[in-house]
Amino acid sequence: MKDGYFIELTYLLASVLFVFGLKGLSNPKTARRGMNLAAAGMLAAIVGTLLHHEILSYELIIIGMIIGSLIGAAMSIWMPMTAMPQRTALSHAFGALAASLVGISEYYRHAVDLGETLPAYKMTALGFEVLFGSLTVTGSLIAFAKLQEMMRGTPFTYKGQNIINISLFALAAGIFIYLIFVPTASSLFYVMVGLSFLFGVLLVMPIGSADMPVVMSLMNSYAGLASAATGFAIGNNVLIIAGTLDGFSGFILSILMCRAMNRSITNVLFGAFGAPATDTGALIEGVMREVAPDDVAVQLAYARQVVFVPGYGMATAQAQHAVRELADVLEHRGVIVKYAIHPVAGRMPGHMNVLLAEANVPYSSLYEMEQINPEMNATDVAVVIGANDVVNPDARDNPKSPIAGMPIIEVDRAQSVVVLKRGKGKGFSGLENPLFYKTNTGMLYGDAKSSLTRLAQAVQQT
Amino acid sequence: MSSEILISSLYVFALAAFLGYQVISRVPPLLHTPLMSATNAISAISVVGAIVTAGAQHNNVAKTLGLIAVTSAMINVVGGFMITDRMLKMFKEKIGGGRDSGAKEEKHQ
Repeated sequence: MKDGYFIELTYLLASVLFVFGLKGLSNPKTARRGMNLAAAGMLAAIVGTLLHHEILSYELIIIGMIIGSLIGAAMSIWMPMTAMPQRTALSHAFGALAASLVGISEYYRHAVDLGETLPAYKMTALGFEVLFGSLTVTGSLIAFAKLQEMMRGTPFTYKGQNIINISLFALAAGIFIYLIFVPTASSLFYVMVGLSFLFGVLLVMPIGSADMPVVMSLMNSYAGLASAATGFAIGNNVLIIAGTLDGFSGFILSILMCRAMNRSITNVLFGAFGAPATDTGALIEGVMREVAPDDVAVQLAYARQVVFVPGYGMATAQAQHAVRELADVLEHRGVIVKYAIHPVAGRMPGHMNVLLAEANVPYSSLYEMEQINPEMNATDVAVVIGANDVVNPDARDNPKSPIAGMPIIEVDRAQSVVVLKRGKGKGFSGLENPLFYKTNTGMLYGDAKSSLTRLAQAVQQT
Repeated sequence: MSSEILISSLYVFALAAFLGYQVISRVPPLLHTPLMSATNAISAISVVGAIVTAGAQHNNVAKTLGLIAVTSAMINVVGGFMITDRMLKMFKEKIGGGRDSGAKEEKHQ
């Protein structure tokens, strides 16, 4: 039993280091050190596990570890930062796959191979593990496909969708409960696994790309809970701790994201937001005023304070470096440059912060919505880069708007607004944005990256 | 025996949930993307379950599932920690220093 104590000690060490690691993330200065501690904890737990007395052959373990490490390293080295949401969606799928496969193989070994009757608590844990795990695998893959634009990002809806989803879920849950009492019904177990896979697909299909921050957070949470359930099933505390930390992190993020859109989780999951039919926006008077880059450059060059408001459009245009170059030119002239980050700008929590950090924007220039809004009156030019809903004044002013009550970055309070937009079309949500029709708003059409580069050149010549 | 394990597991779960709430609610929105990839890497600790499944002499079905599980968990362990570090490396409070003060001076002229 000596090896048992040693393994448990490495697990305890890992658990403590994981908590320290996450604690480090409360400040960018301590974050890297914290994550190194967490990685050390992971290494300790893996080394400890390799000494487990049940392990008789190492071939498969070594093969799996080498292949996995190579794929993981390759993905993290070569993947562009703009693809961060896709990578995260994929990694949720991998994590959940690992958890649910461990669950399935545990069930197979005990219930099918050895013909044992699993105790109720173990069957419950296995059931949760496989349910959460499987639905996260397919749900995350659909999210990945939408983010990678392998399939349309618009919500996919049909009549009776919610009823079908709910009855499917009820069926899976019913089988789960039956299995707790009759754990030997192995064919039903596989039906349950299949239903969860299907449910994951159906759950994410109706959710539009603009709601991805919530989906990503939820999948993060489910993947964590699946790991925690694995811990219950095989009686392993470090799995329970790490899985619970992950589960709670995802849960907290989902709540923050929902709050930033003034919507409930149920509404995001079953509301199929963004269907064009729901447009109840007031009729908008006025015209969109197109502006020339040279005029905007003069405006910017003589401004006292400029605020950039990035959205998903900045990510698709890969314009973060161009923003930084324009900001450099402006700062050189003495203009105060700030960046306003809405919590749900982009496709995952913190998406814009990472992109701007990649472009060497110091994080002391990044402002959260609550910090920047009081400064908007004192801002000469607000430059909206590929953002739409997060700056839509309808959310504040029009109670009938589908996004009513969503907190926004109040660029319309700035002296003037410049909107960088690909074309005249509506945004992802399909909503009209009265901001675009205001007299002090200028529309600068075209690819955000080349527009910004032109602006930077023009400012330099001013 | 089994109920004792269950109760102690529930203790661990409840305490971890409390701790997780305390620690994670202090992470600033600035670092939410690294937080997500970090927790993802950490929860790939399920690799320890996968290792035992793949290495124990059970049967071929369980071992094959274990192999796939080890592979996908390792993708998250290695990839998760590496990408988190790559992101965190990019976050700088000020770049080059002195630029801000220089800008202010120019403005006063």
